[in-house]
Amino acid sequence: MSTTIIEVKASLDHNLANPETRQSALSSAQITDYDHRQTVGKITVDNPKMICRNVNVYYAEKQAIKHVSLDIGANEVIAFIGPSGCGKSTVLRCLNRMNDTIPICRVTGEIRLESEDIYDKKIDVVQLRARVGMVFQKPNPFPKSIYENVAYGPRIHGMVNGKAEMDELVRASLERAGLLKEVDKRMNEPGTSLSGGQQQRLCIARAIAVNPEVILMDEPCSALDPIATAKIEELIDELRENYTIVIVTHSMQQAARVSQRTAYFHLGDLIEIGETDQIFTNPRHKLTEDYITGRFG
Amino acid sequence: MNKTASSNPLQRDIKTIVNAGLVRRHAAERRFRWYGLIAVTLGLAFVVLMFGNIISKGYPAFWQTYIQVPIQFDPAVIDPEGKRDSQALQSADYAALVRTGMRRMFPAVEGRMELRALYGLVSSAGALDLQKRVLQNPDLIGTEQTIWLLASANVDTLIKGNIDRSLDETLRPIKDDQIGWVDRLQSAGQIEKQFNTILFNSGDSREPEQAGIRGALMGSFYTLLVTFLLSFPIGVATAVYLEEFAPKNRWTDLIEVNINNLAAVPSIVFGLLGLAVFINFFGLPRSAPLVGGLVLSLMTLPVIIIAGRAALTSVPPSIREAALGIGASKLQMVGHHVLPLAMPGMLTGSIIGMARALGESAPLLMIGMVAFIVDVPKGLTDPATVLPVQIYLWSDLPERAFVERTSAAIMVLLAFMIVMNGLAIILRKRFERRW
Repeated sequence: MSTTIIEVKASLDHNLANPETRQSALSSAQITDYDHRQTVGKITVDNPKMICRNVNVYYAEKQAIKHVSLDIGANEVIAFIGPSGCGKSTVLRCLNRMNDTIPICRVTGEIRLESEDIYDKKIDVVQLRARVGMVFQKPNPFPKSIYENVAYGPRIHGMVNGKAEMDELVRASLERAGLLKEVDKRMNEPGTSLSGGQQQRLCIARAIAVNPEVILMDEPCSALDPIATAKIEELIDELRENYTIVIVTHSMQQAARVSQRTAYFHLGDLIEIGETDQIFTNPRHKLTEDYITGRFG
Repeated sequence: MNKTASSNPLQRDIKTIVNAGLVRRHAAERRFRWYGLIAVTLGLAFVVLMFGNIISKGYPAFWQTYIQVPIQFDPAVIDPEGKRDSQALQSADYAALVRTGMRRMFPAVEGRMELRALYGLVSSAGALDLQKRVLQNPDLIGTEQTIWLLASANVDTLIKGNIDRSLDETLRPIKDDQIGWVDRLQSAGQIEKQFNTILFNSGDSREPEQAGIRGALMGSFYTLLVTFLLSFPIGVATAVYLEEFAPKNRWTDLIEVNINNLAAVPSIVFGLLGLAVFINFFGLPRSAPLVGGLVLSLMTLPVIIIAGRAALTSVPPSIREAALGIGASKLQMVGHHVLPLAMPGMLTGSIIGMARALGESAPLLMIGMVAFIVDVPKGLTDPATVLPVQIYLWSDLPERAFVERTSAAIMVLLAFMIVMNGLAIILRKRFERRW
């Protein structure tokens, strides 16, 4: 798929923002979103891992996400920023269909991982979530041992044969999450006995143990102190080598530090997307500028 | 100008305003504390009163009066043919041995009426006791032994001081002659109170001194076994399905409302249902722990389901997300994480439900578990009764000895209740999750 075609298609979608054409073109349920804003910036990348086109999310009748289209490049860290309630977490949770657990939530549009439509009926969410791992806002280790926390994913997917392989995988995952040195002697202690930052790195180890292609991080540092945050950010930078990372964050400094591309959301719209440097130094949209200069949010 | 300034709340001195109200606030607090204290004291007082009453009435039942009687195991009575044939030994007239023994203690007593009164001092269980001894050890035949025989309930009541000696003879269950004999025996040291093993080892009886709660205990055990085996798995499965898997729509709402309503249905209604369905329609045996268990399961199920659902909802959503996030299926999420975490809560709810089932009598009356059953039940379909129903049966009987047994049975029932509730508390404390 060539990028020019995608851009043309996306801009066509955005032409629907014109109220006159929308009224006639869309069903009454979608009328509420006629004031949606056009995305500024280049939504495509040369080497996309995931592609979102014209994604709408509804909670019952309320539309939470309006015509979001963006690409997530392979081995890049893309940051979603925006004020509270802007829908950045909702978009993130669409990417591994965690929104499926909310009965009133409805997703339309197209989200592709590699070339597969992840909302296709043939796709099993279990397989999808093994490929698109997730790290949550609050560290949520299982109330089991550190070892079991990491071993759980590989075990349910049947990824390893025998104890020795499992040990190796657990240690490798903890090593990659930069936690092995700290927990090497206490593998059998409960995961909940670790400090907040360690717990979050344990959750990252747990996510990478199943060797996903994409890791979604939903404000992974918001419950951590600055030192633990620094460690996680360092870790994210290292993980980029092997994984594609989507991170939702409230901290613009964090977005600037860890990401290559940044997407700014506002009230369900994707306002602006682009290279992180450009977004933070030279925002093109007024709303983006207001947000990053601290005028609101 | 000045007036408007003082009436403006922002201009007034906040310290004096607060201080003015403080006395009233403190008084309200003190008053509230007193109300609480009074309520707690009243509650405790009633508990103490209840326990005091039951224990003071019931504890004598744990001791039983025995009379020492010299028994001559006369071969002419027991085994006239001298073959030691067990059939013959079994059917021998042991009551005659008891009678002879009593006559030998009081040789002066004569006359049919007087002798009957004398024989009435010991329980008819004495003959059975002797039979058991002889069958166990045939060598006893031909010897003479002094044996502690179970006294009759009237003697027992007299010894425990529950018969007013000053009453007119006709108003007493025990006659003047008998009192005289008992006093003589007592001064000779031939009467003593022993721990009442009969209460725990035998089934019901019309003779209070021979009546025990073993039958009712076993009946309760079998009934609760059926109840637990049915209601726990079904209740947990229902709770898990409704909470984790069922779509939230009008049907599940309806089911939820109905389950909540079922928990409030008077228990006797479940008894009627059991009578109509299990006994009349399916033809299951009456008075059986199996049917009792089925009925109590119906009663306990809503309690377990409600407790189970509460336990499931108390598992934090972050654990569910964590499991789903690494690709666990819904069943794996529930089976590996949610259910183990909810289990203590579910067990607590179940134990409390079971404790309620243990104390239930009304529905069991409906299915015939109120019958007078002497034999200790040996299985799920044997006729049986349960502890609360046994208490109800005994409380109806006029003999003083049954009054104390009623209280003793209540004590046993309460002990089981306390143990079960204690277990629930321990489980809750022990497995309380610290996230």
